[in-house]
Amino acid sequence: MTAPPDDCLARNEWICGDYLSTRRHILLDAVGQHLQLTVLSVLIGLAIALPLAVLARRWGWAAGPVLAVTTVLYTIPSLAMFSLLLPVYGLSAALVVAGLVLYSLTLLVRNILAGLRAVPEDTRQAARGMGYGPVRLLLTVELPLALPAAMAGLRIATVSAVSLATVGAIVGFGGLGNLIYAGMNTYFKAQVLTASVLCVVIAVAADLLLLGIQWLITPWTRARRG
Amino acid sequence: MNTLTDAWNWLTDSAHWAGDDGVWHRLGQHLVLTVVCLVISCLIALPIALVLGHLGRGGALAVNISNVGRAVPTFAVLVLLLLTPIGDWGEGPTVVALVLFAVPPLLTNAYVGMREVDRDVVRAARGMGMTGRQLLWRVEAPLAMPMIMGGVRIAAVQLVATATIAALAGGGGLGRIITAGFNLASTPQVVAGAVLVAVFALLVEAVFEVAERLLPRRGTR
Repeated sequence: MTAPPDDCLARNEWICGDYLSTRRHILLDAVGQHLQLTVLSVLIGLAIALPLAVLARRWGWAAGPVLAVTTVLYTIPSLAMFSLLLPVYGLSAALVVAGLVLYSLTLLVRNILAGLRAVPEDTRQAARGMGYGPVRLLLTVELPLALPAAMAGLRIATVSAVSLATVGAIVGFGGLGNLIYAGMNTYFKAQVLTASVLCVVIAVAADLLLLGIQWLITPWTRARRG
Repeated sequence: MNTLTDAWNWLTDSAHWAGDDGVWHRLGQHLVLTVVCLVISCLIALPIALVLGHLGRGGALAVNISNVGRAVPTFAVLVLLLLTPIGDWGEGPTVVALVLFAVPPLLTNAYVGMREVDRDVVRAARGMGMTGRQLLWRVEAPLAMPMIMGGVRIAAVQLVATATIAALAGGGGLGRIITAGFNLASTPQVVAGAVLVAVFALLVEAVFEVAERLLPRRGTR
C-alpha cells in the first residue's frame, strides 16, 4: 500500500501548481470553449447591431422602439435569459451564444447609435456639399466618426460576454464556468480559483486587445493631440 | 408553443406557489435579498462617493471600479465565497457577493454626479459663506441626485440579476425555481421560473423609471 500523496491537491489548497500541471488539458479546453462562445456571440451581436443602429439613425421613429427593446433585454438577468431560450435551443452551446448575442446586441446598438448621433450636423452638411451620397457619407464620414463610441461599446460588450459566459455552465456550455460549477460541487478550491482568475485574465486581455485595435484604426484621434 | 402552455400551466398551479420551495417564498427571499443588499450597498458606497466627490479626490478609483466589477464574473465570486468560511453561514456568500457587485455602479455614478455639478454654482455657494458641510448637503448632493438615482437603479437591476445567479451556488430566491427545474429536467418549470425572474427584474426597473420621472419636479419647484 502506498501512502496517500501529501501535495497541494490532496490538501485542497487555493493555489496549487500541481493542479496547473496535471489538468492543463482540461484548462486549455475550457479556455478554448470560453473564447469560442465569447468571440462568436460578440461578432454575431456586432453583425446585427450595426445595421440596426444605422436604420435607427436613418428613421428617427425606429430609434425609440429599438432602444426600448434593448433596454428590456438588458434588464433580464442572464440565468433567466438562458432559461427562456431553453425551449428553442435545448441544452446546447447555441443557447449560450444566443443569450450572449442578445446582451452584446443591446450594448452595441446603444453605443453605435450614440456615436452616430454625435456626428456634428456641420460635418454631415459639408460632406453632402462635397457631393457625398448617403452610402458614401455613412461609410466614409459617419461610421469612422462613430468609431470611438462604438469601440467603447464593443469593449464593454466583450468584457461582459466573457463574464456572463460562465453562467452557461447551467446547460454545460460555460467554458471556464463549467470548471467553476464542477469545482463548487466537489469543493475543489484550486479549480475554482484558477478558472475564476483565468476568466478575469481573458476579460482584461480582450479589453486591452480591443483598445489596441482602436488605437490602430483611429489614427486621427491622436494626430490632433500630438 | 407547447412548452409555453406547459409553463403557463406550471405558473397557474397553486401547488407551485405554496410551501418552502413555492413561488411566494422564493419571491419573498428575492425581494428581501435585493432590498437589504441595496440598503447595505448604499450605506457603504454613497457616503464614500459623496465625500470623495466633494473633495474631488480618488476619482480614478471611483470611476474605474465599475470596469473592474464588470470583468469579474458574478458566478465565480459566488462560488469562491461559498468555499471560504463565509460559506458556512447560510446566505452569507449571496449577501457579500450582491453587495460587492452593487457598490461599483453606486460609487461611480454618485462620484461623477458630484463632480459634474456646475463649478460656478459651487463657487457661488462658497462665496455666500457656506461651509463645506452645507455645500455638500444643500448644493452638491441635491444637484447630483439624478446621477445618484441612476446609480441606484443600475445597482438594483444588478442585484436582481446577481441574486438569480446566486441560486446556482445554493442561494435562495427566484433563481432556485430555475435551477430546480434544470435538476428535474423540467423545461416548463425552467421557463416559468425565468418568466417570474424577468417580470420581477422589469418591475424593479419600472419602479425606478417612475421614481425618476417624479424626482426632477422636486428640484424645479
